[in-house]
Amino acid sequence: MSGRYEIRFSGSGGQGLILAGVIFAEAATIYDKKNAVQSQSYGPEARGGASKSEVIISESVIDFPKATEIDLMLALTQEACFKYYKDIKPTGTLLVDEDFVKEVPKGAFKVVRLPVIRTASEEIGKAFVANIVALGAITAITKQVSIESVEKAVLSRVPKGTEDLNKKALMAGYDLARGREN
Amino acid sequence: MGKIKLLQGNEACAEGALYAGCTFFGGYPITPSTEVAEYMAKRLPQIGGAFLQMEDEIAAMAAVIGGALAGKKALTATSGPGFSLKQENIGFAALTEIPCVIVNVMRGGPSTGVPTGPGQSDIMQCRWGTHGDHPVICLTPAYVQEIFSETVRAFNLAEKYRTPVIIAFDEIVGHMRERIEIPDPGVLPVQDRTKPTCPPSEYLPYDESKGDVPPMANFFEGYRYHVTGLNHGSDGFPVNASPRIHTDELRLLRKVESNRADIVRFEEYLLEDAEVAVFAYGISGRSAKTAVEAARKAGIKAGLFRPLTIWPFPEAQVAALSARVKGIVVPELSLGQIILEVDRCAKGRCRIEGIYRVDGDPINPAQILAKVKEAN
Repeated sequence: MSGRYEIRFSGSGGQGLILAGVIFAEAATIYDKKNAVQSQSYGPEARGGASKSEVIISESVIDFPKATEIDLMLALTQEACFKYYKDIKPTGTLLVDEDFVKEVPKGAFKVVRLPVIRTASEEIGKAFVANIVALGAITAITKQVSIESVEKAVLSRVPKGTEDLNKKALMAGYDLARGREN
Repeated sequence: MGKIKLLQGNEACAEGALYAGCTFFGGYPITPSTEVAEYMAKRLPQIGGAFLQMEDEIAAMAAVIGGALAGKKALTATSGPGFSLKQENIGFAALTEIPCVIVNVMRGGPSTGVPTGPGQSDIMQCRWGTHGDHPVICLTPAYVQEIFSETVRAFNLAEKYRTPVIIAFDEIVGHMRERIEIPDPGVLPVQDRTKPTCPPSEYLPYDESKGDVPPMANFFEGYRYHVTGLNHGSDGFPVNASPRIHTDELRLLRKVESNRADIVRFEEYLLEDAEVAVFAYGISGRSAKTAVEAARKAGIKAGLFRPLTIWPFPEAQVAALSARVKGIVVPELSLGQIILEVDRCAKGRCRIEGIYRVDGDPINPAQILAKVKEAN
């Protein structure tokens, strides 16, 4: 399992976290030519409920596709934070939305608080790009995939006409997290 | 060089079907298989095929049978509850020898169970879901690339042996995304059904003198024949008399049984010198591979037997394996189903240890490693 890097995106159903995972995995596999696997777990609800998406990046073939020793976990809601943080490894990082996750679980891992959702709604003007802001921040913190590749992957996956908005959101998240790396 | 993509298992299944020449999908959506239908609904009209959503799952299976009789390669996809509803018509397709492919993306059950969680507890239903003695081919891919290639193979086997073929994987493998290379046309073999060469007036759809798999005529090409779920004679009309029933039933089973060497496929990983083996398929097979590698690092001679064909069961291979190892560990997302087959084939020659899980999460490598240590 050498060189294996595990990321978990968590929050509420409808926040676009599965898409964020897909984009990150696409950036890693298609554009950066690494091995990556994306998987997800969600409840029967279409909206709401805790939801998670996971991406494993590795130098070797990935057999077990789920995260068990997490290097970085994103939590955009309080519920998801407590439901899913337990697999973060002692040297890992917990990245939380500083407005929506007030209480952070105790652990040896590092905690990074960023205004992800506020940046999306106030700086970009659309709360629904919070997943892309988060993606930018994760790109900066994990350094697993180049920002250029993530940008290409974002642009190939978002609806036509929203490219500039999403590009802005990605860079806003990236700038927000630079200097806060693992 | 084919096309490189990041695809879900379900999407790769649809791509595999298209590669194999599938031009008809009859279905009814159900989590976690819906993306197969979605993908086919988008792609089939683009290539002149047809997508038909029916009123329920048994009707969808009937549509698939009709499509296949009309000469199309036909697919349906479902999950546990829908798979239960299809069973009557799966038996009909087996007895009437109509090639088709049924995908079962397994979730937790019984009943509506756990719609969004993985399961492997339909594996006996894949074998015995429909009533009566019937031939079954069931494939169990575990990787996105493998779902693609095994779907192509499923269509090939269906056409070659004139029989329904089931592909069974689980929610995790169906929903996860991995890099896949879609090969250019012609790279993977694609088998088409053998059609009759005689004039329509002489055609017999179930003529055993033509071999165990008689040629199959497409409807609307001048060949008229009777299709019934009753036991039938070589002309397709009902014959409920001895010895025809007996000889024809034997022929049906023989199509699969006497072609095991062609149908049964599996991966053997680090088994040459193994003292403990893990027998696992689907997501449990992926987990087992990681566990086996960890066991080797810990100095335990462990190996993996991962069936790609679960039915017919790899009986000879498991029997031979049981004679060489101290124990076989069988992790599965059920409360103990496929372990019964492993045990049947091992005939007491080695220890058999199960790991069962049905809470919506996969069996992780650490659980398997712990059991491998115990069995060593």
